[in-house]
This record gives sequence, structure tokens and C-alpha cells, in this order.
Amino acid sequence: MAESSGAETTTPVSAAAYDERLIRQSRLRKFLGRPDFGALSGLILVFVFFGVTARGTGMFAADGVLNWLTVSGYLMIIAVGAALLMIGGEFDLSLGSMIGFSGMMIALPTITFHVPVTLSVLLAFAVALTIGFLNGLIVVRTHLPSFIVTLASLYILRGLMLALSILFTNRTIVGGVKEAADGAFVGFVFSGTIGDSLFAWLADHDVIGRLPNGAPSVRGVPMLIVWAVAIALVGHIVLTKTKAGNWIFASGGDAYAARSVGVPVARVKIALFMLTAFCACVFAACQVMEFGSAASDRGLLKEFEAIIAAVIGGCLLTGGYGSVIGACCGALIYGVVQQGIEFMQVPNDWFRVFLGGMLLIAVLFNNLIRRRIMSGR
Amino acid sequence: MTVTPSSDRDGSARTLAPAQPPLIEVRNLVKHFGPVVALAGVSLTVRAGEVHCLLGDNGAGKSTLIKTLSGVYRPTGGDFLFEGNPVSFSSPREALDLGIATVFQDLAMIPLLSITRNFFMGREPVKNGLGPFSFMDMALADRIVHEDMRRIGIDVRDPQQPVGTLSGGERQCVAIARAVHFGAKALILDEPTSALGVAQTSMVLKFVRQVRGKGLGLIFITHNVRHAYAVGDRFTVLNRGKTLGTFAKYEIGLDQLHTMMAGDKELQELSAELGGTV
Repeated sequence: MAESSGAETTTPVSAAAYDERLIRQSRLRKFLGRPDFGALSGLILVFVFFGVTARGTGMFAADGVLNWLTVSGYLMIIAVGAALLMIGGEFDLSLGSMIGFSGMMIALPTITFHVPVTLSVLLAFAVALTIGFLNGLIVVRTHLPSFIVTLASLYILRGLMLALSILFTNRTIVGGVKEAADGAFVGFVFSGTIGDSLFAWLADHDVIGRLPNGAPSVRGVPMLIVWAVAIALVGHIVLTKTKAGNWIFASGGDAYAARSVGVPVARVKIALFMLTAFCACVFAACQVMEFGSAASDRGLLKEFEAIIAAVIGGCLLTGGYGSVIGACCGALIYGVVQQGIEFMQVPNDWFRVFLGGMLLIAVLFNNLIRRRIMSGR
Repeated sequence: MTVTPSSDRDGSARTLAPAQPPLIEVRNLVKHFGPVVALAGVSLTVRAGEVHCLLGDNGAGKSTLIKTLSGVYRPTGGDFLFEGNPVSFSSPREALDLGIATVFQDLAMIPLLSITRNFFMGREPVKNGLGPFSFMDMALADRIVHEDMRRIGIDVRDPQQPVGTLSGGERQCVAIARAVHFGAKALILDEPTSALGVAQTSMVLKFVRQVRGKGLGLIFITHNVRHAYAVGDRFTVLNRGKTLGTFAKYEIGLDQLHTMMAGDKELQELSAELGGTV
């Protein structure tokens, strides 16, 4: 300290050097101040941990990677929606029920009424968006906490889905969608793979392994992952680069202040509720096409997993702060740890312990950052 | 709403012909909330290039008056003219579009958002025309914020830093600069100095004077007579929903103003007992 101030007074050259150091320091601070800083470092930590402990279990072979990427990809689809909604200042607890309900909206018409599967999927999206719109409308009109409004939707949708399934098929699981979607374009859109020839080439050159029947261990990149990446990318760009992104931050940060300068807060919030419903429906479509069925327990607790990913990603529960990249890191951490524990053959129960612990650490960390920002210089 | 845009508000503001209508004029403004009479006939004029201080104790009706002027409330009765034309607002945004900007004490800024995002909130500069999904011109926005802040004398190292890292006085200045940047003609400041220390207060008061120099008309709400007297040209004292009168600076001294503010006798005595420090 004394050294640097001494140098500063002697020559202007070292004064410039002093300045430069200030800038570098503020860049580091800037990185530390990013909302997704915690999630990024957590992700690196998790990769290092499993990179060492799960080496040789096949977790980082092509099919192993696909395994945890699939888990992460599913969560990422809904975590992006949940994160944007949370930044906009609201929650959607009906997200998990919406997954189950949308899945049933695809399966039921296709199987019991022989509606073309493409039409069923479009119908499911239309219904999901409408329900999202209603959730949003009720929240912005009544000013009730979204927590309670969407808790009602959680029960209504879960119950409705079961009731409709029993009413029309007398079962709680409706299968046969895979056969119905076979060859249809929607089948490819939600459960196809891309880059198959690349993976065949990789297998030919022994970069990736082969199954006993000679096919490459990974057929291609599943569309599910394409959806996840696309939704994350669009979400990130909209949030950080566009006018709408500024409105989302403003609506969640202080709805009153935002409204008084002309931000259409109600429209922003309704659009975000529709977005989470859309994400839930994409999730459901991928799942139904992959498993070939819709079932009553699909999407159970997914609303909480999405919120956990968003919070690990640095979103504040009070809104107005967070990042899509962070939520994606949260989803990746979730997938890597869940499947990593599986690969290491540790009892699965430990995963929940880890998840709870991780959530607590993330919330404490976020609180610290928030306090640092609010407390001024 | 047809309002002729004001012709000149740069330079000539101080030498306005008396024939020119005042920026804001309210006559006999009344506001009821159910059975509660918040404003019982308030009259007030604000001219371009003046700081009009609105003084009054808690519950005097200051908040109701400024919320009516800024478009939050609709008056129950009375006339409200802006640049000589009767106006009626259904939202703060309408008042804002016409040129009446309000800087509220706590609601001015969102602390977690960056200075730039706060500054351009609701009026983001865009690069292309994709509606709400237009890309913000963040570089331009940052540059404008940096320039505007430097002109006030606040060195913002990084316009992307959260507003929460600024001091209270700097936050008020950013909020005022925002209103000025977006072409406000009348600026209502709601207790801008009430939560500030001495140095911070003088920073804000200096900026208020600077803004008046640009020809804006300012309404300065406070219950600190000293702050008011430092920048005010005219003073209106509000008590129980009514005005006790409007005085130019040469008509009234600091002590008289103080006494009038204190209102009833007991408080005056109390003030005397404490050596005039209330």
C-alpha cells in the first residue's frame, strides 16, 4: 500500500499503472457480481468432483454424457421458463401439473379419439398457453400472490388430468403414442435425433463406442437437447439484450416504479406465465414421444426442481435479479449429480440430501450478494 | 388531449412575458377519499424556471396534491391546467408524456438494476424495430448515462453497476437527470433530501438549481424549511388540506416560514424551548 502510493507520487507512468490495476480489479468484481457466478463455479466444482471420483464408470463416455445431458436437458427446458418468471417477480407452482396435463392432452385425443397426433400436439399447446394466460390474468388482476393462485392450478390440473384419463380410458396411463407418432413430423420434432451421420462417423473412427448390435452408442443429438439449448439461448438473449428483457427486470424489481414509467407490467407478467406453460408443454411433448405414453405421475415435483435450478442459478425469490445462463447451470448441476451418484452406485437417497443442501447454500449465497448490492459502496 | 407544445424552454425562461400561462396551474383543487377530505381547495401556480417549494407537516396533503398533479389520482373537483390548457390524466404515464415528471422519494429507482437499465426503464433506445423484442442499444445508453452523470459531477465508473451501489443523493440525482433527459417541463420532487446527509443534500440542492437554470419548473416538496429556503423562489405552506398562502422569497424570512410551518402555538412554544432547532 505504502509502496504503491509512493510510486504514484514519483512518476506519472506508475500512476497510469495504478489506474490500470483499478480497472482490472473492477473487472474481477464485475465477474464476482454476476448473478450466475455461484452457479458457474458450482458447475465447475461438480464436474471436477465427478471427473475424479466417477472416472472409469463410463459417466464421461458418449452414452454416459447423453444420459446426464438428457436429465439436465429436461430440467433446463422448464428451468428457463421458471427463471424468467421468477425474475419477473412471480412463481408458477402449476408447472409440474401442467407437464402431466399437457402430456394427457396429447395422448388422450390421439389414442381414444384417433385425432392425428400433430393436431393433438397443437391442441395441447393451445390449451397450455390458455391456462398460462389465465394464471397470469388472475395474478395481475387480483394482485394475489402467484404462489397461492398457481397452487390452485396445481391441484386443478392434476385432478383434471386424472379425472379425464379415468373418464375416457378407465386407466391412469395412456400408451401407444409412439406408434401413433411414428413417421409423423411432430414425432421427429420432439423425439428425433439430429447429426446421426456424424455419430456414425465417430463410431467408425472409434471415438465413441458401439452397442452389442453394432450401432453407435449414441445415435445422435436428441431433439430434447436441441429444444433445451434453443429455449435457453432465446431466453438469454431476450433477457439481456432486448427491451422486453429490461421490462422483465423492471416488473420483478419494482412493479409500481416500472408501471409509473410506462412499462406494461401486466402484459409482461402474463406473457411470462404463458412462457412457463409453453415450456411445460414442450417438456410434456418430448416425454410423451420418448416414453410413448402419458401417465398420472408425470411432472410430479417438477415445479420445485425448476425453482431449485433457477435459485441455484442466482435468481432471487423476490424477483428483479437473476440469469438464464445461471438457471441452465443449475439444471446441469442437477443432471450431473443425480446421474453421477447413479454411476457411482451410491444410494439415490443421498441425491435429495445433496439437492437440499445445495439449495440452502445457493439461497444463503444469493442473500449475501443481494445484501452487498443493496448496502451501497 | 390537445396541447400546444411549449415553444422555448431554453434560456428565455426567466424573462417570460407575464401573459404566458404558467406551466402548472391548479385552482381550488379538491380531493376526497370517501368521507376523508384530503385536499379542501388548493390553488397553486408553477412557472417555468422557478423552484416552487411545497411545505407542510405530515398529513397536510402534500402527498395527495403531488399524486394528483402526477396523474396517480384524479381530482374530485377544481381546475388543473397545464400550459394554460385544462388536463385530466388517467395514469402517471399520461402526465409524463405531457412533460410532468415526478421523482418519488423511495420509488425512483430499482436498486438491483443497473444505472443504465434504470435510466432508460420504459423508454429503451433500440437498434431495430421488432416491437418488445427489439435489441436495446446498450452502448448508446451507457454513453448517455455516463455523459449526463459527468455533467452533474457524479463520476459513474461503470453505468452497468447496480443503482444500489450509489449513495442516496446520487440516486436522487440520477432520477432527476432521467426526467430532464426525457424532456420534462415540470418536475415534481418528493422529499428528495429527507433521508440524506449534509454533503448529499447539498449535491441534490445544487443539481436542483442547475435544473431550474435550464428553464424547467420545479415543485420541491419538503418539511425541512432550511432546504426549501436554500433553493426556493416561492413557497406555499399547506396545512390540513388547505394552503396558508404562497410567498415569494423576498416577502418572507426563514423564521417566519418556520413559524408558519410549525402551525399551532404549542409547537411554536416547543420550538422556542428547544432553541429553534425543530
